[in-house]
Amino acid sequence: MAEPLPVLEMTGIVKEFPGVRALSGVDFRLFPGEIHALMGENGAGKSTLIKVLTGVYSLDGGTITLDGKSVRFGSPLQAQQAGISTVYQEVNLCPNLSVAENIFIGREPTRFGRIQWKRLRKEAAELVDRLGLDIDVTAPLSSYPLAVQQLVAIVRSVSTGAGEGQGTKVLVLDEPTSSLDRDEVLELFRLMRRLKDEGVAILFVSHFLDQIYEICDRMTVLRNGTLVGEHMVSELDQVGLIQLMIGKALDQLEELHEHQLHADVGETLLKADGLGRTGGIAPFDLEIKKGEVVGLAGLLGSGRTELARLLFGADQPDSGKVSIGGKQVSMSAPNDAIGAGVAFCSENRKTEGLVPDLTVRENIILALQAARGWTRPIPSAQRDELVGKYIKALDIRPANPEARVGQLSGGNQQKVLLARWLITQPKLLILDEPTRGIDIGAKAEIQKLVVSLSEDGMSVLYIAAELEEVLRLSHTIGVLRDRKLVARLTNGPEITSSKILETIASGEHQ
Amino acid sequence: MSATTQTPTAPDSRTTSKAAQLLGDRRLPVLVTATLFLAMYIAGLSRYQNYGFGEPQVFLNLFIDNGYLLVAAVGATFVIMSGGIDLSVGSVIGFTTMFTAWLVERQGLPILVVIPMALAVGALGGFLMGYVIHNFEIQPFIVTLAGLFLFRGLCLVISKESIAIGDASVSSMAQAQASLGVGFLSVGAIVALVVLAVAFYVLHYTPFGRRVYAIGGNEQSALLMGLPQGGTKIAVYTVSGFCSALAGLLFTLYIQSGDPLHATGMELDAIAAVVIGGTLLTGGSGYVLGTLFGVLVLGLIKSIIQFEGTLSSWWTKIATGVLLCAFILIQRAMTARKKA
Repeated sequence: MAEPLPVLEMTGIVKEFPGVRALSGVDFRLFPGEIHALMGENGAGKSTLIKVLTGVYSLDGGTITLDGKSVRFGSPLQAQQAGISTVYQEVNLCPNLSVAENIFIGREPTRFGRIQWKRLRKEAAELVDRLGLDIDVTAPLSSYPLAVQQLVAIVRSVSTGAGEGQGTKVLVLDEPTSSLDRDEVLELFRLMRRLKDEGVAILFVSHFLDQIYEICDRMTVLRNGTLVGEHMVSELDQVGLIQLMIGKALDQLEELHEHQLHADVGETLLKADGLGRTGGIAPFDLEIKKGEVVGLAGLLGSGRTELARLLFGADQPDSGKVSIGGKQVSMSAPNDAIGAGVAFCSENRKTEGLVPDLTVRENIILALQAARGWTRPIPSAQRDELVGKYIKALDIRPANPEARVGQLSGGNQQKVLLARWLITQPKLLILDEPTRGIDIGAKAEIQKLVVSLSEDGMSVLYIAAELEEVLRLSHTIGVLRDRKLVARLTNGPEITSSKILETIASGEHQ
Repeated sequence: MSATTQTPTAPDSRTTSKAAQLLGDRRLPVLVTATLFLAMYIAGLSRYQNYGFGEPQVFLNLFIDNGYLLVAAVGATFVIMSGGIDLSVGSVIGFTTMFTAWLVERQGLPILVVIPMALAVGALGGFLMGYVIHNFEIQPFIVTLAGLFLFRGLCLVISKESIAIGDASVSSMAQAQASLGVGFLSVGAIVALVVLAVAFYVLHYTPFGRRVYAIGGNEQSALLMGLPQGGTKIAVYTVSGFCSALAGLLFTLYIQSGDPLHATGMELDAIAAVVIGGTLLTGGSGYVLGTLFGVLVLGLIKSIIQFEGTLSSWWTKIATGVLLCAFILIQRAMTARKKA
């Protein structure tokens, strides 16, 4: 391909937030008529780069050139007027208005201040038609499924500015496919290809590697706010891409690998059959035995948390069933799961787990009290004894039950959350990223704790971003990719980080 | 979202059964209210036929006796459609009666000068409330509650006593009638119908009206779509303030006095009429024609209770309460279906 001039060029982009350098000197270019993937793990700076480009964030350094002219956007509206449109994961349209109105609102054709409804509907129908979509523009938007609403959002985006004789040059699609099924994705891709043929440059962000390889021409990989590289999709295979995203060569990962697993795993505790949720995770089968540690491996956004939330009843499955200890459990609310002996330490301990303004004691006692019901308070002597025991057992510092949890360090907060669930003596403990953002010492302690809990017969579902952690602790490793449980590997000497990575990349279990 | 599992373009991926389709139709609540009105009217006809319920004038009186409420409810429709609420309606009406009576009676200003002044004060009050709601991002409930107290307090600043209006031009205006052959309409009723027609046009045929719907549907989206959401919000409260003042003027004509306690709680009647008329309290869905039927239903309840003769007028409140509950439940069923 002879390279034409890029329609968009970003050079040396710097964006800082208090205490964090989200982007440090990132270069990015986009050519007309190409679909370009922006790749990187969560926190790599993808969203920040997009927000800088679309005028949501202001720039701290670097330049943006659009069509050879240096530009700087103060608001999304300015970016839109310059020809950069964005469609986000959530559809930002008004569901109560008709499709036609959603496409044109804000720039309705009027005569003497009166909206020309006929003309508006006709133009909308033409636009939808031209893009090869079969949508009744007079129907309310809410009568269509989310996938179609997303297509309408794209139609609106590419038609804005068309009246001023320039049209959309750059279309940014930020995770548009995360809640679509396969057919809907194909429909979206069809529209994307058509726009590409019309010369629109499309920036596409998706967690789904297959989709990237299916639709994109070129990709830019970011890691920790820096540019790792720009590659033609055809020249970089999935394993290579994952290595770039994670930033470690495969053999490097293997050295850290060691085994120290206990052998006595009991009978089946939890069994999930075809459990799944549309837009969350594809139906999966999973078995967790008594005293077994099951690790989940997969890239961020591959469906690890979604799987865990289904097992805890935090999200409702649309298919499948769960049985615990041989009895079928309806997982319609976390309460059912708690009753069946499942505990869940969420990955966002600040927002979903702990109450920062309550004391250590109050936070620890919360789940037990909830399990007993509010009408039967725990006697204060018993309460103090329990809290004291777990503060000691987990070495929570400061060892003061009256300290406010918000003032504790991340590792200690994590321990308080653990203590809360351990006190209910669960049969299955789900740990979602228990070691994220805590220091190495606390990390090791929590991992040791997981081992000793499983030795005592508790089953653990362990989710961690770091493969070594999963490898070190788990008896069985579930590998997730594109919101699907693609493989279950029994841990052993032959299982290595690179093997897991290959499984993630290929999506198959050899 | 079960719907997302279907292919995006299949036309039948929308609703399946006729009943579900009907329940999803936005016009349904208006139809229900209109049918209810018709049913109540027919019931009244059969029960009080011998007492003159069938006279066309009884029907026209609904507009004469409730014109001010219709105007206030039309203003409230704009606000509720945008997803907000205006609690200051009754106080602004009360204030307008005092303001008008005081200027006409005590200051001797001609009514034709006082009318634009009163309207300007109402619109300004609404504008200020809208400005505060938008610029300081405060809940409309709280801001308009402050407006409620403010205007009611201002009534008492003007005078603690009620002021009767003896001005000749006011009474001639109040008694003016437009003959329709079978009966007549008052100035107030005609003004109310004109306001209704203008509101219908504005909501359905002007970009401003559509923005009101858009903001009510999803304010965040409206903002991201580049709509001037702040200006629209302020304008909506200005419209409501203006309508309240106009309703106050009609009320003054209707009752020919100013009183610091006039129209206490009328904002709730206006909101009830809007809700019974099928506008969703969460905004974005409804029709101003529904508001007309809402007002007519409330008016008809009053008439029927008058014809009944033995019932206390408090039964109006009870009937309104029951209706309101029923209509909120219908709304709930509609929105629940949409989420499913």
